[in-house]
Amino acid sequence: MYTITSAEFIAPDVKLFHIKAPYIAQKHQAGQFVILRVHDNGERIPITIAESDPDKGEIAIIVQGIGRTTKELNMKEAGDHLQDLVGPLGTPTHIEKWGRVVIVSGGVGTAEALPIARAMKKAGNHVTSIIGARTKDLVIAEKLMEELCDEVLITTDDGSYGIKGLVTTALEPMINSDTPPQMVLAVGPLPMMSAVAEMTRPHNIKTVVSLNTIMIDGTGMCGGCRATVGGETVFVCVDGPEFDAHQVDFAELRQRGSMYHQQERQSLDQFLERCKLESASSEDTTK
Amino acid sequence: MSTEPNKANTLTPKERMRIPRQDMPEQDPNVRNRNFDEVNLGFDADTAVQEGLRCLQCKKPLCIDGCPVKIKIPEFIQLIVERDFPGAAAKIKEDNSLPAVCGRVCPQETQCEATCVVGNRFRPVAIGHLERFVADHERESGKVQLPKKAKATGKKVAIVGSGPAGLACATDLVQWGHEVTVYEALHEYGGVLVYGIPEFRLPKKILGAEIDNLRNMGVNFVKNFIIGKTMTVDELMGQEGYDAVFVGTGAGLPWFMNIPGENLNGVYSANEFLTRVNLMKANNFPQSDTPIKIADTVVVFGGGNTAMDAVRTAKRLGAERAIIVYRRSEEEMPARDEEIKHAKEEGIEFMLLTAPTKMLDDGKGWVKGVECLKMELGEPDQSGRRRPMPIEGSEFTIDADLAVVAIGNGSNPLLAKTTPGLKINRWGNIIADAETGRTSKKGVFAGGDIVTGGATVILAMGAGRQAAAAMHEYLETGEWVEIDG
Repeated sequence: MYTITSAEFIAPDVKLFHIKAPYIAQKHQAGQFVILRVHDNGERIPITIAESDPDKGEIAIIVQGIGRTTKELNMKEAGDHLQDLVGPLGTPTHIEKWGRVVIVSGGVGTAEALPIARAMKKAGNHVTSIIGARTKDLVIAEKLMEELCDEVLITTDDGSYGIKGLVTTALEPMINSDTPPQMVLAVGPLPMMSAVAEMTRPHNIKTVVSLNTIMIDGTGMCGGCRATVGGETVFVCVDGPEFDAHQVDFAELRQRGSMYHQQERQSLDQFLERCKLESASSEDTTK
Repeated sequence: MSTEPNKANTLTPKERMRIPRQDMPEQDPNVRNRNFDEVNLGFDADTAVQEGLRCLQCKKPLCIDGCPVKIKIPEFIQLIVERDFPGAAAKIKEDNSLPAVCGRVCPQETQCEATCVVGNRFRPVAIGHLERFVADHERESGKVQLPKKAKATGKKVAIVGSGPAGLACATDLVQWGHEVTVYEALHEYGGVLVYGIPEFRLPKKILGAEIDNLRNMGVNFVKNFIIGKTMTVDELMGQEGYDAVFVGTGAGLPWFMNIPGENLNGVYSANEFLTRVNLMKANNFPQSDTPIKIADTVVVFGGGNTAMDAVRTAKRLGAERAIIVYRRSEEEMPARDEEIKHAKEEGIEFMLLTAPTKMLDDGKGWVKGVECLKMELGEPDQSGRRRPMPIEGSEFTIDADLAVVAIGNGSNPLLAKTTPGLKINRWGNIIADAETGRTSKKGVFAGGDIVTGGATVILAMGAGRQAAAAMHEYLETGEWVEIDG
């Protein structure tokens, strides 16, 4: 069992966990992830490590409650346990001194961008962070990013905070400026990553995306996470999760990511129904 | 027929051979192809004794030559005939630590039963069924005997991977007084025995009982721990203080066919398809959270045990048609005879001499069928099997809404990549001495599929035991001999 030492919501449906995991904390490098199970009938889901503290023997993850497993996970509190936790998995981010680096993140992707930003800064880069969200409430980790980066720009779809528009609205002027970035790294929803890739492609700016696919074992054993990069099949769990954005087949990723939409819906509905019944019955007993 | 012990010893070889081979009781095919319960129901005591009487008790038993771990087959069968079932179990366990598993999954027809003398004229003695009976009888009696342990040596051994090679290696080393810890990457122990082999062939509770026995013998088990990621081999032998390491990580890197459309939705590797059901219990979805695609027509590419497991699993998940597509003929199929027989009884279709060339898209990103070519057999290839050659103009299409690729596994590079000094060959297999499992790195041994490429449970167990003997010697003497190459 793996103990949750702290758990707090940092945005609607978005929760920050610290978990006791001394071995993983010791080994974690930027870009790596864990696979966890919430309970004994649970599925195995990959979640990127947002932070690690080898001295305290803890890792941090940030979870957005979207499907059944993430919603169930977000009901956990400090002192609760996870059934299983394994890692650190995946190949770490390639860190070097590029010059100017822009890290574009959307949603909880900002969580996994944190260790990358830290490592890029440490390597001597000028690091700019662009954080994108639908609306102000959903912007996470802005403070942390500000501590790590030379510059932080926020974009919101509805204009409730920062620049109104998408992350590409903020990225475009940088690319067209006199000091364009040598490297762009994008972490977040597929449409966002694919839009960033299309924007940098004509400028030949090195661009890396971090893919988040369906996985089971996370060690290359099942091949469920496969993607096409540069015309070749890769296993995201071991060959990635980061790949050359200009080589990634985003259409295939979208299609494979939708494989279980129907079952995911069914599983979530069943879970929400159960929650409703449980809260109704607990109200009954308190009457 | 009487089965009294005194009578048994007076039977002539002729009388013994006149007894027909006892059939394994099975679930009815049309019932079992809709459930995940075990197909074979097992011998009762009388049937086991009757089958045991068929053994000629050869002076020079050839069956033992056919067994990778050299079980004293005539001796344990004689103990069955004498109805000393606990004695028979102890006799098997002198050479094989997982008899309940091997009695179920070994390819006996190409091993012990292939060399059985009775088999020259009649059907061979059902050695596998008898091994299974003895192991089940012991477990069900609740009186499992644990082998005696030698005095503690103070030496620490790490085993990487809890599959058949690692479990067999751990069993011997713990008996010889070493402190043994098994590391497993997944959340359950057993490796391919738990994620690969289905419940209907090897019930998980039987595997669980075998693991419990090892635990009771003092083996430590650590799950969710990936050597090569969570900790390296060098760290095991450095800060963790292990004196030797055995690597039995298996052949866990599925091969695909590299044909168009292979990444369409609904196309699985056999590893993924089977892991979803066996390890993650997707057959119980939504009670279990892991989903699997349910299909009307399933095609499975391959002719090995894994292909049979996948196609029979597909049938049990509710497929109307579940089809094996194999590019050679039935004769060349590597699967156990019993699996092919069971598959046919369960209504599995076999399309032989057929090779897929393309997966077809339904326009929404899902597989809707597979384009195939008919094959004919040419001259034998390197494997000794006749090479399949495409017949020109024989293209045809099989409609299917799910496809499983079961053409084998390469070796997983995860551990070797992070272990400096550990040599691998050009297929990524760890180079190890065939007799001892010694690798190019001092104190590190390896065995099973990670050395040989995809093979069988019993061969992996044999390699685990051979390595255990060599590790014991190394731990006692400290002498290390460099391997060639």
